[in-house]
Amino acid sequence: MSGLHPAQPFPEAAREQVNQPQLRANLRKVTHTIREKRLRATQELPHWEELRQLGEATKDASLADLSNRLLTLEASVKARGGQVHWARDAAEAREIVTRIALAHQVQELIKVKSITSDEIELNKALDAHGVHAIETDLAELIVQLSNDTPSHILVPAIHRNRAEIQALFNAELPGEGHLSDDPAELAGAARRYLRHKFLTTKMAVSGGNFAIAKTGTVCVVESEGNGRMCLTLPEVLVSIMGIEKVLDRFEDISVFMELLPRSSTAERMNPYTSFWSGVTPGDGPQEFHLILLDNGRTDVLADDFGRQTLRCIRCSACLNVCPVYERAGGHAYGSVYPGPIGAILTPQLLGMHDQNANTLPGASSLCGACFDACPVRINIPQVLIYLRGEAAQHKGPTLEALAMHGMRLAMSEGWRFEGAVRLARFGQGPLVHNGKITALPGLLGGWTQSRDLNPFPPQSFREWWRQRGQGQTPEVDAAPPQAVQ
Amino acid sequence: MSQLPKSEAPRSAEIARSAEARLEVLTRINRAVAGTEVPELPAYPQSAPLSREEIVEQFEDRILDYRAAFTRVAAQDVPGAIGAALGEVRRVVVPAEFSDAWLPAGIDVVRDAPLLSHAQLDGIPAVITGCAVAISETGTIILDHQGDQGRRALSLIPDIHICVIRAGQVVQTVREGTEQVAPSVRAGRPLTWLSGGSATSDIELVRVEGVHGPRHLKVIVVDG
Repeated sequence: MSGLHPAQPFPEAAREQVNQPQLRANLRKVTHTIREKRLRATQELPHWEELRQLGEATKDASLADLSNRLLTLEASVKARGGQVHWARDAAEAREIVTRIALAHQVQELIKVKSITSDEIELNKALDAHGVHAIETDLAELIVQLSNDTPSHILVPAIHRNRAEIQALFNAELPGEGHLSDDPAELAGAARRYLRHKFLTTKMAVSGGNFAIAKTGTVCVVESEGNGRMCLTLPEVLVSIMGIEKVLDRFEDISVFMELLPRSSTAERMNPYTSFWSGVTPGDGPQEFHLILLDNGRTDVLADDFGRQTLRCIRCSACLNVCPVYERAGGHAYGSVYPGPIGAILTPQLLGMHDQNANTLPGASSLCGACFDACPVRINIPQVLIYLRGEAAQHKGPTLEALAMHGMRLAMSEGWRFEGAVRLARFGQGPLVHNGKITALPGLLGGWTQSRDLNPFPPQSFREWWRQRGQGQTPEVDAAPPQAVQ
Repeated sequence: MSQLPKSEAPRSAEIARSAEARLEVLTRINRAVAGTEVPELPAYPQSAPLSREEIVEQFEDRILDYRAAFTRVAAQDVPGAIGAALGEVRRVVVPAEFSDAWLPAGIDVVRDAPLLSHAQLDGIPAVITGCAVAISETGTIILDHQGDQGRRALSLIPDIHICVIRAGQVVQTVREGTEQVAPSVRAGRPLTWLSGGSATSDIELVRVEGVHGPRHLKVIVVDG
């Protein structure tokens, strides 16, 4: 996986992932635990549904008025002593961060967990210029030290168990080597390692959960305090943010501070949230850069139906309720955005012509749990169906389309259909083993990859009915024949 | 900001690129949403209002749920409560304008004026601050970093954070809390929202209190 781009189609990636028992056990534990907690946290508020509707409308208003709000944000941040940069794509955003790092001649910088920075593959680009980016979120640090990739929006190292983390920290963290597998002790080791970095590193990079246009304020929501450290102690701060994160007034933040923590970690409120506006004299970084990133977002915006995807506040509630995510895990999606939201966001950001990404809308049983869980009411199942249609259009004339056309022809007239069934009954002979069809050839093979099929019965209902009408007793006795599957 | 080394050429190229990118992104946005109406926002849903006493009790319940310490005292007992919260610790840092009347006798008090270095702050075990407003529904304390709270680093680096809150500063809802600090944000002040202490559940979802922020949060609510 690199950034947004899946290296293979979802079904192939998923087949590899479901064969990892440790991963599946961890995923089951985390998704079920958070699922139940989230219900308790949201049911505590009697007006949860109204909050969701307000969150939805607030985001829609921002998207409809986006250019005005971004211009206001730019002016406000500049008025408060910050600098604003615009990046059309990942390469431009990487270049801006790299240029700032090189201008300050830093060899190391500290980072707050930011999926946007993973989306643009920032760390690799910085490395190429001799600048090492240190991840300070505990899970991101685990992922980075093991040269791995995140598998969950909220708990990126959920595919690792404590024994693996113990071995990793003992081998990789300077001065350690005798840590037990107690999570508190492992977290303590991360604290010791990073505290010195926080106090001495000159530059930090963060994402942004929200920005307020009128006041030029950026907001970072977190739990561990590594965010506060990075946002407060270095001299130079660079925040990279998707253009869709902007809100109008400071008061607009309130509904999201009710929706996000309860949907995300299932807490009434997350431990720490930081807000800052440009540069505060005598407090925090005295040089601040805000990078506004497009990278495909304006394409999503241009699609009237897909646009709702940009309401996403990255809470990960849809991952935790998804039966497909629970089994396949985050890596199967091949993108920094996994789960149901990733299945609609990744292909839209990359464009439906991406032959790996456009398999992602198929990664769903359309059960609808993700829509119910979404705090900003993104109708993920509907967007999935819509994108499946878009993907089919991008395939052009295929064997599958030809087969569907034949099917339509056969099913349009009763006599044609009966003929087709007779033909199938005759043709299935070599495929039936012990009364089941376990492997279909060609295009149909996808169906039998994970399930068996009943063969066509010796007599169809229509044939039986016709015989009955002629006063004959059918061979299969009085029982109606087995339904055609 | 330090200038780019040697040539000014890359800098002007960058300015041109940024202006071009800005124009293109804004044009793409305008084309994408042309004709889209900005929806009216529905009314903010209201919680059933609680009495003053219920609000403070709810706040206590939430703070304890975060496994932070909570004490409620009369104004004259604040120094005693701070002394108890400090335990064996005898050295604290306080913001420039923190009230002397609240400090217990017999402890070494360092004022953050002139500003201490980060390394100096790292050597002090505890910090005492006030707050701007607190929210009972979520057990949240909001700092707007005015005189009695100090700059952001002050309440971040020491390991024990004692926060003194007047009972009248506790409001019920997130919306009320947000509205109270809106003027501070408009004035350009940063905010820190604290809900319990630093925590992580990154290793097998086991909650560990205290990672990078202060590992101990102790809340003192003052009546009157």
